[in-house]
Amino acid sequence: MTKYIIRRLLQTIPVLLGVTILVFSLMHLVPGDPAQIVAGEGASEQTVNNIRERLGLNESIPVQYGKFLTNALQGDLGSSVRSGRPVMDEIGSRFWVTVELAFYSTIVAVLLGLIAGIVSAVRHYTLTDTSIMVVALFGLSMPNFWFGLLLIQWFAIGNWMPEWLEFIKMRPSGWGDEWRQVILPVLTLGTGGAAIIARMTRSSMLEVIEQDYIRTARAKGVSERLVTYRHALKNALIPVVTVVGLEFGGFLGGAVLTETIFAINGMGRLTIDAIRTRDFPVVQGTVLVISVIFVLVNLLVDISYRFLNKRIDLN
Amino acid sequence: MTTLETILEVKNLKTTFKTDAGDVNAVDGVSFKLPKGKTIGIVGESGSGKSITALSILRLIGSNGQTKGGEILYKGQDLLKLSEDKMRKLRGNEISMIFQEPMTSLNPVYTVGQQISEALMLHQNMSKKEAHLRSIELLTLVGIPSPDKRVKNYPFELSGGMRQRVMIAMSLACNPEILIADEPTTALDVTIQAQILELIKDLQDRLGMSVIFITHDLGVVAETCDYVAVMYAGQVVEYSDVRSLFREPKLPYTIGLLKSLPRHDIEQTKLEPIKGNVPSPYNMPVGCRFSPRCPAATDLCRTKMPLLETDEKGNQVRCWIYSEEWNGESEVEIYGETRIAKGRGAKTVLPD
Repeated sequence: MTKYIIRRLLQTIPVLLGVTILVFSLMHLVPGDPAQIVAGEGASEQTVNNIRERLGLNESIPVQYGKFLTNALQGDLGSSVRSGRPVMDEIGSRFWVTVELAFYSTIVAVLLGLIAGIVSAVRHYTLTDTSIMVVALFGLSMPNFWFGLLLIQWFAIGNWMPEWLEFIKMRPSGWGDEWRQVILPVLTLGTGGAAIIARMTRSSMLEVIEQDYIRTARAKGVSERLVTYRHALKNALIPVVTVVGLEFGGFLGGAVLTETIFAINGMGRLTIDAIRTRDFPVVQGTVLVISVIFVLVNLLVDISYRFLNKRIDLN
Repeated sequence: MTTLETILEVKNLKTTFKTDAGDVNAVDGVSFKLPKGKTIGIVGESGSGKSITALSILRLIGSNGQTKGGEILYKGQDLLKLSEDKMRKLRGNEISMIFQEPMTSLNPVYTVGQQISEALMLHQNMSKKEAHLRSIELLTLVGIPSPDKRVKNYPFELSGGMRQRVMIAMSLACNPEILIADEPTTALDVTIQAQILELIKDLQDRLGMSVIFITHDLGVVAETCDYVAVMYAGQVVEYSDVRSLFREPKLPYTIGLLKSLPRHDIEQTKLEPIKGNVPSPYNMPVGCRFSPRCPAATDLCRTKMPLLETDEKGNQVRCWIYSEEWNGESEVEIYGETRIAKGRGAKTVLPD
């Protein structure tokens, strides 16, 4: 097991190297002179040169990459062109906000998705099943930013909602430590994920229910409820775990729109703001951090297989 | 046979499946008796309805199947009329089943010990610890070496033969009255097959249970069974004690089956197969279902379904040749064997 984890960790190195190359290339893939872009159109020659100097753009590309990589490995992602603060500091304060959002959203997605998926599978081809799947399809197709706006309109603005829903009204102060402010963004992100998990759970459960060992369990006199939860679910969860992992990773990176809509000062907002102000080091930094986390989450998913399915030979 | 207590009697069982092409009568009027402590073999080709009969007894035929008629009398009560809750208390407790596919019949995410314990905790109210100890005993009983270690193994760590032993241990956990073995040796190597058969027989002798042995292998029947029900196209076509069946099979189909077996006691150059194929369940012959393939079939056979007739020994056969209505030759030649017909012609041949 330890051996496997070490080997998988080593395997992530080339992946992460690839990520750094892509992230590094960002600046050079933009048409035109990056320094000019950062400085803005009306900037003087002197300013552009200063920025070029600061970004290290005078050196050859391999040398630039080498420096970028060595610095990144030491936790130095350069400093923001806009604020002058180190990128790591810029990210640091906002990183946990996004992680928190992604974490709660994953919990919502898993809870809603599993329940809906199991109910759907147990009552397959009934009205309940069809209704759940239609709602799930709706949740899947609904863009986050639109659903978020709808939620705001329904629950936060306007006063036609019943009084008891007051408690989830958004506060103008933005993302804080108060849990009620978490509900709407978490619902926005979580429901989309729940839809995917529900559909995955359902199809996986339906497949498992047909297996011989389920018939064995029934022949043993196990009740239908235990057949579902003890015998079928544990087997059916294996593919679902992958999806949950991907969802969590996706929430980290994909919270950009949700954070913008709900004015949450997370990584997503930081990225958007950096892109808007052409703050290349910050863009590079956020993309790199999100990518690294994505890779690590996938590693965790792979390892968690071992606990669900003893057959997977990790070596 | 009538003197023996009957523990299970299946009467006119009908099970149908809904398919896109319409309803299929997989089991169509099956009847047989299982005497207490004895073994009955249910033989037949693939698709003859053997497994569905077995699953119908446990009411495990799945959502697209339905048992539409008949009775399954276990100790006098009709299983088809029991509530699901009561039925569940019988499954794995008084009536248990082992399946054809040992490789896929065990849950991959639980240890064999956990899977055996489950039945014990469910039906015998054992604690986890008691069930664990009993599981080890059961594994010893079915001949698994170092059972105290094996009990913690996951199914994938065991060979097919070992897994079938685990399945047997699991089915015997609660000392069932009836064990239904659905082709338990089909998926195994020949040497392992013999061991498993031996094990089931031995355990039956020791535990005194009754066994329903489903197989397509007449060799297995000869070795393990006391009675045989031959199934063809969803019906029992011959029911007899095993001795009579092998000495003098009555039904042309059974004769054909036995003739198509390789034998080592006589010189044979060629096996004689039964011509034709099993009829499609969507398109059953009108009369006797074997009539399109039967070498002795007459117009009567092709137009009217024969009934299952019982003789003085309690053996049964579904064939016009042995009925009063038979209107063909009095001596019928079937796959090189001669059978004396009953009915009009037979009266002159057989003295009363």
